[in-house]
Amino acid sequence: MNCQIEICASEFPTEYFQLLRCGVNLLSMADKIQKDAVDALAGVLFDGMTIMAGGFGLCGIPENLIAAIRVAGTKHLTVVSNNCGIDGFGLGILLESGQIKKMISSYVGENKLFEQLYLSGALELEFNPQGTLAERIRAGGAGIPAFFTKTGVGTLVAEGKEIREFDGEDYVMERGLTADLSIVKAWKGDAEGNLVYRKTARNFNPMMATAGKVCVAEVEHIVPVGGLDKDNIHTPGIYVDRLLAGAKFEKRIERVTTRPRADKVGS
Amino acid sequence: MAWTREQMAARAAQELRDGYYVNLGIGIPTLVANYIPAGIHVTLQSENGMLGMGPFPYEGEQDADLINAGKQTITELDSSSYFSSADSFAMIRGGHIALSILGGMQVSQTGDLANWMVPGKVVKGMGGAMDLVAGVKRVVVVMDHVEKSGAPKLLKACTLPLTGKGVVDHLITDLGVFEINRGKSPVKLVALADGVTLDEIRSKTEAVFEVALA
Repeated sequence: MNCQIEICASEFPTEYFQLLRCGVNLLSMADKIQKDAVDALAGVLFDGMTIMAGGFGLCGIPENLIAAIRVAGTKHLTVVSNNCGIDGFGLGILLESGQIKKMISSYVGENKLFEQLYLSGALELEFNPQGTLAERIRAGGAGIPAFFTKTGVGTLVAEGKEIREFDGEDYVMERGLTADLSIVKAWKGDAEGNLVYRKTARNFNPMMATAGKVCVAEVEHIVPVGGLDKDNIHTPGIYVDRLLAGAKFEKRIERVTTRPRADKVGS
Repeated sequence: MAWTREQMAARAAQELRDGYYVNLGIGIPTLVANYIPAGIHVTLQSENGMLGMGPFPYEGEQDADLINAGKQTITELDSSSYFSSADSFAMIRGGHIALSILGGMQVSQTGDLANWMVPGKVVKGMGGAMDLVAGVKRVVVVMDHVEKSGAPKLLKACTLPLTGKGVVDHLITDLGVFEINRGKSPVKLVALADGVTLDEIRSKTEAVFEVALA
């Protein structure tokens, strides 16, 4: 790093050297990029931990990091994720290996093994309305311990929770949610941890990136710092501790639905 | 002769107004997109993070990063935008969506809706349904009038766990159309399906309702 300073010194403003004298070295900021998913999770996994995993269905899931957790064999996990993958893919592979103790989700209807494990009592389940789940994670990441919402008032979801009236309407108190680790998937990222998601693969990833004590992001493309449009960064790097380029992305589709091309109709 | 799924969807499409932002649920509500009346422009919201949902892609052009809330592949429009789940539900819970059309298991005369859980059976979860009924300005339910067993689904009070209390504005079944008005006024039968008699609908409905056919 020092040699780099010598080479570039003439290009740096005097403020930079003042910062250096105060012990802040801008050039030695740790590079967040890791070799692979296994390296990226080194030292952060422990039995009984809570993990948030981004994605909606199989769209925008951190599939490489999920596979690495399977390899690591970490047990008794509480997993916060809108869904739980499908049989044999996504979080479904952590169900198969018996690593998940509890799920906090809004919808798990795509997974037969989930059903079996749940009905047999081998798996705990906490259902949150999807918007409540998203907001709990957003709040958790923003240091907001609780909030009030109309969603779920008068239903099972509100049982045992504080109800308060505001402007003549009832609201239920929901708690902010954080995790020991969040694993997210983005389209592009840089060494600073800045992330950009693609289309509907964004979903829960940005909030989860803010709500993990440690956030590890897997991306399809690592770009040089400066390669992302600064006005259009979805997750600023402050939230991301480690970053890796996924070794491969299957990006499975749950329901391929298409329409025939007009020029093929009747041919 | 009751209405078919397509006829129910077409009837639900009459609830659309020009300029509406609309969320369509899974099943029959999804079909509503095929019956948007001519001259009416609506923007479809998908709660997984998209405004301006386009049609299904051509074969071979599906994109794993572009799905709707039913996990089906879709396309974007020039006017589309993408956002996070938190932003998506801020739209829904903040009252910015004009209309939500969703399926139902039971509706009560007080405007309650049950559509997410049958105790003792498979539990899949409520997804975004509780947020939609709590936050969207107008809630339209589309469902069969009776269960496969013949048991009525428009009831005095729901017996299944609720999705929302006093949330249903309008109900379209295969037998007719009801104004529920969130239970703030008596339920009104406002239309009968083709070939369905008042006697038939009375015999298949537990809820108390007034007849106000146009």
